[in-house]
Amino acid sequence: MASVLLLFAHPAFHKSRVNKILIESVGGLDNVTIHDLYEEYPDFNIDAAREQELLESHDILIMQFPFFWYAPPALLKEWEDIVLEHGWAYGSTGKALEGKKLFCTISTGGSSQVYSKGAKRFTIRQLLAPIEKLSQLCHMDFLPPFTVHGTHLLKEEDIREHAERYRRFVFALSSEKLDCSKLEKLDTIDENADKLILKAL
Amino acid sequence: MHGEDFFIQAFMYLAAAVIAVPIAKRLGLGSVLGYLIAGVIMGPFILNLIGKEGQDVMHFAEFGVVMMLFLIGLELEPRHLWRLRSSIIGMGGGQMFITSTVVTVIGIIAGLKWQASLAIGMILSVSSTAVVLQSLEERDLRKTDGGQKSFAVLLFQDMAVIPILAVIPLLALAVTTGHESHAVSVDSSWVSGMAAWLQTIVVLSVVAGIILAGRFLARPILRIIAQTRLRELFTAASLLLVIAIALLTTKVGLSPALGTFLAGVILANSEYRHELVGNIEPFKGLLMGLFFIAVGASIDFTYIIDHPLLLILLTLSLMAGKFIILFILGKIFKLSFDQNMIFSLALAQGGEFAFLLFSFALHKSVLTEAITKPLMVVVAISMAITPILLLLNEKFLQPRLGTREKEGRQADSFQEENSVIIAGFGRFGSIVGRLLRAHGVGLTILDHDSNSVDMLRKLGFRVFYGDASRLDLLEAAGISTAKLLIIAIDEPEQAREIVAIAQKHYPRLTIMSRANGQQDAYELIESGIKNVYRETFETSLCMGREALRFLGFRAHQAHRASMLFRRQDQRHLHELVDTRHERKTYLTATRQKIEDLERQLRQEAESYDEQLDKSWDVDSLRRAAKER
Repeated sequence: MASVLLLFAHPAFHKSRVNKILIESVGGLDNVTIHDLYEEYPDFNIDAAREQELLESHDILIMQFPFFWYAPPALLKEWEDIVLEHGWAYGSTGKALEGKKLFCTISTGGSSQVYSKGAKRFTIRQLLAPIEKLSQLCHMDFLPPFTVHGTHLLKEEDIREHAERYRRFVFALSSEKLDCSKLEKLDTIDENADKLILKAL
Repeated sequence: MHGEDFFIQAFMYLAAAVIAVPIAKRLGLGSVLGYLIAGVIMGPFILNLIGKEGQDVMHFAEFGVVMMLFLIGLELEPRHLWRLRSSIIGMGGGQMFITSTVVTVIGIIAGLKWQASLAIGMILSVSSTAVVLQSLEERDLRKTDGGQKSFAVLLFQDMAVIPILAVIPLLALAVTTGHESHAVSVDSSWVSGMAAWLQTIVVLSVVAGIILAGRFLARPILRIIAQTRLRELFTAASLLLVIAIALLTTKVGLSPALGTFLAGVILANSEYRHELVGNIEPFKGLLMGLFFIAVGASIDFTYIIDHPLLLILLTLSLMAGKFIILFILGKIFKLSFDQNMIFSLALAQGGEFAFLLFSFALHKSVLTEAITKPLMVVVAISMAITPILLLLNEKFLQPRLGTREKEGRQADSFQEENSVIIAGFGRFGSIVGRLLRAHGVGLTILDHDSNSVDMLRKLGFRVFYGDASRLDLLEAAGISTAKLLIIAIDEPEQAREIVAIAQKHYPRLTIMSRANGQQDAYELIESGIKNVYRETFETSLCMGREALRFLGFRAHQAHRASMLFRRQDQRHLHELVDTRHERKTYLTATRQKIEDLERQLRQEAESYDEQLDKSWDVDSLRRAAKER
């Protein structure tokens, strides 16, 4: 089974409802390592060597964070700047991340309409272009984001449903029971993604 | 001079102290009991090694009390003494008046003449300065409310001894011209022959002289002596000062203890205070020890065995009577229950002055030996029992009462869950504590400093006085349910002691400890503490960072450099502990310090530079671009 590194960035996790339950849910899987960035580096003083070691020892990378101003929280950006070094992650000798899968798990306050296609609108996947581009440069396979929208109005049972779906998806992905060729074409990993889970599961 | 005799005597007293006191301390009995027990064992009843000269030794050793009051005076600024005035006069005066009245009435009822009864009453109303202060000091109770009030009462009693000495001869039915070999102060003084008004003037001018000399003369003289840079000369000057004042006050009929106390108060503000304390302290300690041994040795066990019932009854009624009177007074003066227990138990005995006053009264034929003999034994027993009572109070009663004042608020459930004990609330611990408190964390503070403790109490903190390396205190503070023990005291040795005790009894409790420096940090880590905080580390780092900025580094660059340094240093600290252990056997502490530093510098030189250049606009990127 593939190992999963979950890079979690949430500056106010103590107030979180959605991310708390999502994390609990996938945290129960044996092959998932939860790496809580704001807990590890409250002073933004990221230990690059340690992070690289972690990345090297996992096959799948999840970046999970609440969407702030259509982007990840500051520490995750700092993490990218510090950890993804030239000559290690990219460049002629930078092959450390080659072939690893990467996707984002994002919670948004806005409803799914806000992020639907249309004039003056961008989908989450469009807004994640920098990360998609980053994974190209680092020779990683970028997968569509797992999203939970309208978090302010969600009831706990709704959140639990999302969390269960999340867990199922991560499990299927890491045990290679997913049809990845179809998956890559999706905009987000929503309820429809369940159909891609192979029957054998 | 019988040189050999002197050495044998000195050997026996010192040996008794060196053997008995550590054992007593280890058993939690305290040094006063240790000395007393040593005295009993060496005394005529058991080993019969000392005893013949016991009374003389006791008179000599009483000088320890004089020194003790000098030291107490040094800690007490005049302002503070002035604040104690109502306690001194109210509680001290009340205690002496009521106790002597009650005892006198009992004496008259028992069929004694009123003069004899009054003499006994006055003599028994005095408590033992030596026993009380030493016991309170050693249990860290002297600065508590109860301790302060006890001190105030003792101060009044010391002053009252002089009038008592003056009154006793007047009580004599027949004036005797007996031998007055006993060095009783009034008789050997310069002023005894003078008229009363002249005496008063002489006494007052001596007091004024001490105050003025202390203010204007002592400091310049001490400065000259300090400038010679001869330590022993300063010691000699300190002793000279105390002895001179004791002699002077004795000669004018004042209590020497009172005179030196006054001198101490006046010098309390001077810059030589700590020097004086350091010089007098060992002498005081030894003399007090000697005094307690002598008291122990003077307890006449053959007499006790001959009249057990009488003595037990007398001792019990003396102590119970004094206790009840003191307790009521404590209540009137608004002492809380637990402080009142300390106060009343501490003072419920006869004092060393009683020995002197009884023999004085005997010489003046106010009392007969049939009366003084049992009463002197009773006083000695009551002095020996006091430390035991205080010990029992501390061990069994106080833990149940908790703090010395009622808790203002009931701790809510959040606080209960977050209970943290902070040992030491000085410049280090107070910052930790303030941060925690600002976030509603329930704190319990252990500290020595009575001023800050009082202030903290008023602000509603849970505060306990005393030595945090005592298990019973830690338990009273709630260590069994605490989540975290923070050690923020500034004596490394004591910090390690607390660590050892806490780890032994509560192995699962998390401990965070302040470390004095690198070596201290190693020792703490070796003892199993992971959370060690070197007290100057963060500040030095901060200073280094600011220095870099001053030299032209960009702020963020300097910040990152210092953070990287910090991380690596932290790592090396823990790595060095392991390797250090192997080298420990053949390296001295200093050599080790240098070698540790050398290793750190080497490790840094290897990894530091390359680490810093890896992020953002790196050189390798530029090289790759050029190659293309």
